[in-house]
Amino acid sequence: MSPPLVEVSAISRSYAMRSGMFGRSAAVHAVDGVSLAIAKGETLGLVGESGSGKSTTGRIVLGLESPDRGEVRFQGKPMAAAETAAWRAQRARMQMIFQDPLGALDRRLPVATQIREPLDIHGLGTSAEREERVRELLRAVELTPAHGGRYPGALSGGQRQRIVLARALATEPDFLVCDEPVSALDVSIQAQVVNLLADLQARLSLTLLFISHDLRVVRQISNVVAVMYLGRIVEIGSADDLFARPAHPYTQALVSASPASGRRSAGRIVLSGDPPNPAARPNGCAFHPRCPRAIARCASEVPTLAAVGGNRQVACHLVTGAATRDAA
Amino acid sequence: MVPLVSIAGLSVAFSGVPVLRGVDLALQKGEALGLVGESGSGKSVTWLAALGLLPRHAQVSGSVRLEGREILGAPATALDRVRGGRIAMIFQDPASALNPVLTIRKQLCEALALHRDLQGNAVKAEARRLLDLVGIPDAARRLEAYPHEFSGGQVQRIMIAMALAGNPDLLIADEPTTALDATIQAQILELLSTVRRELGMAMVLISHDLGVVAENCERVAVMYAGRIVEQAPSNQLFADPVHPYAQGLIGALPPLDGPRRRLTAIPGTVPDPAHMPSGCAFAPRCTLAAEPCGLAAPSLAPIADDRSVACIRAEASRRALLGIAAE
Repeated sequence: MSPPLVEVSAISRSYAMRSGMFGRSAAVHAVDGVSLAIAKGETLGLVGESGSGKSTTGRIVLGLESPDRGEVRFQGKPMAAAETAAWRAQRARMQMIFQDPLGALDRRLPVATQIREPLDIHGLGTSAEREERVRELLRAVELTPAHGGRYPGALSGGQRQRIVLARALATEPDFLVCDEPVSALDVSIQAQVVNLLADLQARLSLTLLFISHDLRVVRQISNVVAVMYLGRIVEIGSADDLFARPAHPYTQALVSASPASGRRSAGRIVLSGDPPNPAARPNGCAFHPRCPRAIARCASEVPTLAAVGGNRQVACHLVTGAATRDAA
Repeated sequence: MVPLVSIAGLSVAFSGVPVLRGVDLALQKGEALGLVGESGSGKSVTWLAALGLLPRHAQVSGSVRLEGREILGAPATALDRVRGGRIAMIFQDPASALNPVLTIRKQLCEALALHRDLQGNAVKAEARRLLDLVGIPDAARRLEAYPHEFSGGQVQRIMIAMALAGNPDLLIADEPTTALDATIQAQILELLSTVRRELGMAMVLISHDLGVVAENCERVAVMYAGRIVEQAPSNQLFADPVHPYAQGLIGALPPLDGPRRRLTAIPGTVPDPAHMPSGCAFAPRCTLAAEPCGLAAPSLAPIADDRSVACIRAEASRRALLGIAAE
C-alpha cells in the first residue's frame, strides 16, 4: 500500500479560557492526541457534535493553526514553518472549503476575480493563461463563464459554494479540507454539490478530509470515518461498516439519532444529559456520564483507541475489553 | 367532524411579490402534520400568516378557520386569545426568543398569567410543574436561573414549557431542532412526541429534514414555491412519492445503510418569487415536464384516500418511479 498523503500523529491543541471576568483561566483541550492517516485519492470523514474538536483538527491538518504536541506530515514531509517559501508552495497543494460560502467570498468583487486570486498569489501562468484557467474552473464546477462576472450576492447558495470550490481548485491542490461544506444548503442543492465533489475527486484524484455533523453526507462521500467526542477519536473504521455496525456506545447513539425516512426505528437510543463541555472534561472516558452502558472503570480510566478486528479501532473499555477476552 | 384548523386559499405577498400562492390545509384534533420543503417554500410563512404574525405590509388573503371560526384578519383581542392560548409556536432559535435579563420563572409566569386564571403561589407551582414536564432537572431551583445558564437543548425545553403554558390545542414547531446537535435533537423530538401524546395536542412540525418529519408525523405536506405539491400519510409518501419534486427530495437524501448510489440531485434552483415561471413552478427543474405543464398551475387533486398531488404528470411520474424500482 502506498504511504498516506496526509499523516497526523498524536496532535493536541488546548486553549486558555477564563470563566467569568475574574475567574481563573483553565485549559480547554480542543484536540487531544488525534492520529489520522489519509491515503491518496481517499476521503476521511470526521463526525462529531459541536465542541468535539473536528474543526480544530481540520485547521491543524491544514497548518492554519499549529498543534501544541504531535505533528502533521504531508507526502511524508513535516509541514514547513509558516510564512516561508516552502510553506507557501506546500499550502498551494492543500486548500480549505468552509460552511458559509458568503462569508468566504468578498461581496464587492466579481467571482471570477476571486477564483483568479490564488493564481496571482502563487504566480501561476501568464495573464492569458490565468484567464483561461478561470473559465476552465467555472466549467469544472458546472457553471458558465457568464457566472464569473457576477457578484456573490447575485448567486444562489449552491452556486456560491461552487465558486468557493472552483477557487480552492485553482492551484490544482492534492488535498482539500472541507468543513461542513454542504450544511448550509437545501437538500436538493446539497445533493448537487455532493455529486460534484465526488466527480471532481474522481477526476482530479483529490484527497479529502470531510468534516460534518451529518452522518448521511459523510457516509456518502467517505472511505473511512472517524468519530470524535471531546477532542478524541472514539471510533474509526470504514464508512459502510462503521454505520452498519457501530461499536462505540456514542457512535451507536449518533447513528440511532439520525432519523430514517422509513418507519420509526425500534429501540432508539436517546442519550441523557447535555452536549459535552470541553472546558469541564469528565475524568476517565469523557463519554461516561452520558453512556448508557458505563461501568465503574469508565469513570477513572481513559480508554485508548485499540483495534477490534478489520480496520476498526474503538476507544471503549466495554468494546475492547470484550475483544481481548475473545482473543484469549 | 369540524377540523381543528382549516386553511383555504391562503395567499401572502410582500410588496406585490407573491410568496404564498394559495395553500389549502386541514388539521384534525391531536394530529401530527409535517410540513417539508426547501428554504423559501412558504412553510413558516403559512403559519405566521395564519396567526397574524407577519409585518403589516404583507398582503394576506384567504381563510383560516379555528374550529369553524374565521381567525384571519380577526381583531387583536380575539387573536390574543388564540395565540399562545389555542395555538402556540416555537422557533428554531430558542435563545433569541427568551429575554436574557429575566429569570425563567418571570418569563414562564408571564405566559401563565396571560393565558391561565391562576393567582399567587399557584402560578409558581404551575411553572415548576411545566419545567418538570419538559425534563429540566431540579426545576424548583432552576426557575431562578437566567437563560444563559442553560444549554441550547435546555433552552428549547424551556421554550416548549412556555408554549405549553396556555394549554394549547395545537403546537407549531418551526424547525425546533435544526440548531441542535444530533443527540440533543433526538431528546427534543422524543419530548415533543411524549408531550403531544400525554396532552392530546395537535402538532405541525415544520422541517427541512425529511427524516425528522417521517418519524414524528402521521401526515406530511410537501411545499414548493409557495404551494403544497403533495400531501400524504408519512409512510406512503416516503415509500411511494408521486410528485416529481417529492421524488427528487427523497432521492437527494443520502442513505445511511445499504449500497451507496449516486444521489439524484434536482437540477437548477428554486425559482425567484418575483419571476415565477408560468404554469407549474417546478416545471423548469422537472425531468418529466411536458408542454402543458407551462400553461396552467396544476391544483392539488386527490389521487387516493387521504392523498393528493398537484401534478398533471402524476401518472407518468408514478410509472417512472416504478421503472426505477424495477431496475
